[in-house]
Amino acid sequence: MNDFLTTLNYNAWILPVLLLLPLVGALAVWVHGRMSPMTTPEQVTATTRQLRRVVFSIFMLEAVLSLGLWWSVDTTAAAWQAYFSRAWIPMWGMRVTLGIDGISLMLILLTTLMMPLAVLGGWTSVREKLHSYFALLFLLTTGMLGVFMALDLMLFFVMWELMLVPMYLIIGIWGGQRRLYASLKFFIYTMLGSMPMLVAILYIGVRTGDPFGRPSFSYDWILAHASFSGTTMLWLFAAFFLAFAVKVPMWPFHTWLPDAHVEAPTAGSVILAAIMLKMGTFGFLRFAVPLFPGVASYGPVRFFILTLAVIGIVYGALVAMVQPDFKKLVAYSSVSHMGFVMLGIFAMTVQSVQGALIVNLAHGVSTGALFLLVGMIYERRHSRLIEDYGGIAKVMPVFATILTIVSLSSIGVPGTNGFIGEFLVLIGSFRTQPVFSLIAATAVIFAAAYLLWALQRIIYNPLTKPENKVLPDLNWREIGLLVPLLFAIIWLGVYPAPVLDRTREAAARFVHRVEASSLDFGVGPNVEIR
Amino acid sequence: MIFLSPQEPIVTGHPLADTVAQYVWLLPLLPLLGFVLNGALSMKAAAKTGPSDPSEAHHDAHGGAGADAHATHDAHVSHDDHHVVRHKYAGLVSLIGPGVLVAAFGLAIAIFAAMRSVDMAHPYVETLFRWMPVSDLKINVALQLDPLSMVMVLVITGVGALIHIFSVGYMQDDPGYPRYFAYLNLFVFFMLLLVLGANYPVMFVGWEGVGLCSYLLIGFWFSDKANADAGKKAFIVNRIGDFGFLVAMFLLFANVGTLDFSGIAANIDKLAAGGAVVTAICLFFFLGCTGKSAQIPLYIWLPDAMAGPTPVSALIHAATMVTAGVYLIARSSLLFSLAPVASLTVALVGGLTALFAATIGLKQWDIKKVLAYSTVSQLGYMFVGVGVGAYTAGVFHLVTHAFFKALLFLGSGSVIFAMHAAYHATHNHSDDAQDMRNMGGLKKHMPVTWILMWIATLAIAGIPVFSGFVSKDAILGAVFERAQGSTLAGSSLMGIPGSTILYLVYAFGLAAALLTAIYMTRMMLYTFHGPNRTGGEAESQLHEAPWIMTGPLVVLGILSAVGGWLNLPEFLPLGPHGVFDKWLEPVVGEATARVAAGGAALAPSTEQALIFTAVAIAIAGIAIAFVRLKPAALVPKKDAAPATGFAKVLEHKYYVDEAYDAAIVQPLVKGSKYILWKGVDVGIIDGLFVNGSALLARATGWIGSQLQSGQIGTYAWVLVLGVIALLGAFVRVH
Amino acid sequence: MLAEALAISAVLFTIGVIGVLTRRNAIIVFMCVELMLNAVNLSFVAFSKLYGATGQVFVVFVMTVAAAEAAVGLAIIISIFRHQETVNLKDINLLRG
Repeated sequence: MNDFLTTLNYNAWILPVLLLLPLVGALAVWVHGRMSPMTTPEQVTATTRQLRRVVFSIFMLEAVLSLGLWWSVDTTAAAWQAYFSRAWIPMWGMRVTLGIDGISLMLILLTTLMMPLAVLGGWTSVREKLHSYFALLFLLTTGMLGVFMALDLMLFFVMWELMLVPMYLIIGIWGGQRRLYASLKFFIYTMLGSMPMLVAILYIGVRTGDPFGRPSFSYDWILAHASFSGTTMLWLFAAFFLAFAVKVPMWPFHTWLPDAHVEAPTAGSVILAAIMLKMGTFGFLRFAVPLFPGVASYGPVRFFILTLAVIGIVYGALVAMVQPDFKKLVAYSSVSHMGFVMLGIFAMTVQSVQGALIVNLAHGVSTGALFLLVGMIYERRHSRLIEDYGGIAKVMPVFATILTIVSLSSIGVPGTNGFIGEFLVLIGSFRTQPVFSLIAATAVIFAAAYLLWALQRIIYNPLTKPENKVLPDLNWREIGLLVPLLFAIIWLGVYPAPVLDRTREAAARFVHRVEASSLDFGVGPNVEIR
Repeated sequence: MIFLSPQEPIVTGHPLADTVAQYVWLLPLLPLLGFVLNGALSMKAAAKTGPSDPSEAHHDAHGGAGADAHATHDAHVSHDDHHVVRHKYAGLVSLIGPGVLVAAFGLAIAIFAAMRSVDMAHPYVETLFRWMPVSDLKINVALQLDPLSMVMVLVITGVGALIHIFSVGYMQDDPGYPRYFAYLNLFVFFMLLLVLGANYPVMFVGWEGVGLCSYLLIGFWFSDKANADAGKKAFIVNRIGDFGFLVAMFLLFANVGTLDFSGIAANIDKLAAGGAVVTAICLFFFLGCTGKSAQIPLYIWLPDAMAGPTPVSALIHAATMVTAGVYLIARSSLLFSLAPVASLTVALVGGLTALFAATIGLKQWDIKKVLAYSTVSQLGYMFVGVGVGAYTAGVFHLVTHAFFKALLFLGSGSVIFAMHAAYHATHNHSDDAQDMRNMGGLKKHMPVTWILMWIATLAIAGIPVFSGFVSKDAILGAVFERAQGSTLAGSSLMGIPGSTILYLVYAFGLAAALLTAIYMTRMMLYTFHGPNRTGGEAESQLHEAPWIMTGPLVVLGILSAVGGWLNLPEFLPLGPHGVFDKWLEPVVGEATARVAAGGAALAPSTEQALIFTAVAIAIAGIAIAFVRLKPAALVPKKDAAPATGFAKVLEHKYYVDEAYDAAIVQPLVKGSKYILWKGVDVGIIDGLFVNGSALLARATGWIGSQLQSGQIGTYAWVLVLGVIALLGAFVRVH
Repeated sequence: MLAEALAISAVLFTIGVIGVLTRRNAIIVFMCVELMLNAVNLSFVAFSKLYGATGQVFVVFVMTVAAAEAAVGLAIIISIFRHQETVNLKDINLLRG
């Protein structure tokens, strides 16, 4: 496989192509919207069908193209893989620099593979303004992939904001009852976080500067040459922290999440949970911690972040337990799961960081699947309230089976993906932070409590409500889109070694960089603007 | 295996390497295969894929009575149909389900034979593939064969196969027939993984997996809320125990650096004997055991678990899964032998549980509940055994208990089966088919079951030559021996000397033995003896179960009667002595020796006195029951007066469930809802910070907006004043 | 001569300002604005005697702009009158915040 990819010179063009293809898709959708007549109902049906197929094909193409990365990327190498760099705004030292390592590789694959499923998930539920909807999905894809690939701080920021707007619109236009409140809350929360980050990026870029006296936003350059005093670093870290903590989301910056999830359409929820929540933790892994390793290893900061993470783990689980709305329940369970990721990252052992990466992937797959499943019964029954269901395993056995498997993976039952991540995070963090690890481990109990309780009230118990007795089971499209996720759940749980092998070096480098540094509160050798 | 990576050698140079033992991976794989096939059949039969656009279909289906009829079809079959309506894949499933178990049992026998002929000083480890290779944490999916796991495999596949066969009859007209066998096969897969795993994480997979299957099988008839509740309770309570297991693993990895059994044995000197670390590890492991094996304080799920089908209770909640905790301690005997405090705790908790559960068993009316509390009590005995360092005695009781308790459960299953059928035939839906007050006098209707269950009762009561006598006596003898002198007797728990605690445990054990004899005899008397209380018409419908159910019962009956021969004590004149002890010697010998250090074996006279006491107590118990209990005076459940006084407390199981609910569950749920969610989330974070800042912005904006009156006149005035002010300033500057 | 012209210009401008500030009728306010413009024109013409023809050129510009402004302004006022049936500025506060 690798030889074949080498003959294609795959690594040289794949990243920009992955970024541009969705943009082309957006353009194509726009042109299609202009060209297609939509006056009679027959025309609308025909256009809609054609459009859905075109969009799905483009997303599938994107997924297939990206798959080559699994083989072509040498994750043991210290250098960036599939590196691509072109001038962008030379005057201000901004370049389009793309590159990946083991960490971003997994997240890119998660993104490209989840997108077609998200499109399939909203296949029949989204009916209005389809062209705009798909165009926004394409834009969103570019933004998300860009975040994972960017090796230039300004490019990263642009991509970071690029994914914000489409999601805002998707929630605000195709969302549920309180969509305006939710989308605005989502937007302002995220903006509030990212504005200080912009300031910090500008400050770093300008203060570091390249040898010709211009600002430089190159990640590698800054990594090697930036030097600030301890206090400055604290402030800069705080700015990054705010942006990423909102996105993770860490307690107490999480309250946008339940609203956004509940109101978003199925595809929006899936993307939000499966991919966009990974941005925050990815930001910590790529930017906040490696740029300021001293701050990350500085006792009080670490204690503070670990505390928030562990609060999030337990708090998310407890609050999830009492949610009447299933989507909200899943949203709060996300808070709990992402707490594990943060615990793993800031416990700073190779096991815990690797575990954090696996939790990221596992959460993406399992929670994505959960939202798809909620979407499916919502489409049938138009209710997300747990109490409106009960006993539907009798009428929807396939749905019940899949929901059970996915819930078990979210609980973290061994043999599923959820267990591997949580186990590695906990066993790794126990070495350096036994107390935090112990408290976090109690979440295994609460996770079982909230999901099994919900499961019981949805698919078990007596089937009493007449409107539930006629619910049709899943159709082939829905089964087909869930099967890859089930496969991923089992595969990651039973044989995660290939994924662990591919992320090991990146995780080890990350831990090593932090271990080798400490925070100096004396006046550091500030780099002057030349 | 395809996943093998080149850098991980699997050749161990072990004498078993080239024998049939190399196919050990087939052992768990066979039931897994059964699960996949049965599961596929179940889904194929149940699935009716929906329309391509579900949101439209919903509205169309509203008026459709056809879909409605289909939805209630299943329930219809299970409740009102008199004829046995078999599932359309029943034949295939009946072949696959028990078939894979029989095949696995055959393989286990073959491996056992191979193992007998080689020197098993070291375990045979077969690495299948890498699982979690992360830096210095190297976890492989590896299977380990040694005498201990062999014993467990034989019990699981052997008793499991019998119970599978029994199930073919018991579950024959259940609409979820393939699903049942899928779950049961899956359970055996996880159970085999549990006992075959070569490291703690793999064992943990099995450990949680069996809990999962237990959850699925308890809630098998999920349309009844009580069943679904019981399943959920079992899973969550088990998860509390699993938390302990996890933490113990974390501690082990942090202090020993490996989680392989062989690796821990090689690095055992990294743990100081009697130190805090090893004590903590053992106590956390024991927390796991209390969950899985239903000991105080986490025993509460097991009685509720009787909601599942009765063969499930026999397999999971008597013979195999609940004994996993005993296996875990025997497997970790090296660790426990280093932690006398933890071992004493295990013994004490075991003794307390044995007595406590036995008292509750005295006043239960549901035949399965009696057996459930009896199981909890007997598990207590096993923990006493492994707690005092008599690992072989504990495991041996596990084996004999698997025989006689499986027999008791299956026997009660065949009773319930008959009762159900009788009530069914007479259209009686109100009376409880499991309540002993509705039974009585069944011996003339079900003679085979009656005799076999008496054998099991005598075995569990500890009447000589029956299997339970040998194993229970070995445990009690070991407790007495350790109390007289051992590392345990020399240490102390919470300031109380170890020997005192051990004598106390011995007393508990004797008392529990007395109660066991009483409540078991009570169960037999009320069920099989005295007059029949089923009700006139229904009584005529009672009859013995078909051969496919009685067959396994007979096999288990023989095993219950003669199982003790596996490990006959020295003083008995017959048979080979201590076969079981010698067999397990390579696994637990070192640990047993360490615990027993400083003590002497009991004098034959003392030993005989102990045995005489135990036997006298058992006989006394049976006699008391026969004298005091009057089956003839019993009235059917619907006529019975509610219990009063202490009997009421016993019938309500000391109100432990209610206490847990009030002390733990309700505060957690209410606190999460009203303090965390409505208070912190909605109130403080959203109300104060998020909406608060929005309110602040709005207020500032409102103040600004008041300047913009829309009155051009005002604007003009402001403009002019501004110009004048600017001009004035300008003039002043110049 | 210059002083007188500037004085008249100042007086005219002040009358215009006061008119804009105090009157309520849009037409009158509008006319007062024209008055202010013309006061400025007068200043321009007066200064052109001193500094050359540039001032007179500006006057032409101002008058052109004023004519255009008058056209647009009157049109707006008429359209407002059609909608609100008043040209009283007190009653016109569409742009209130």
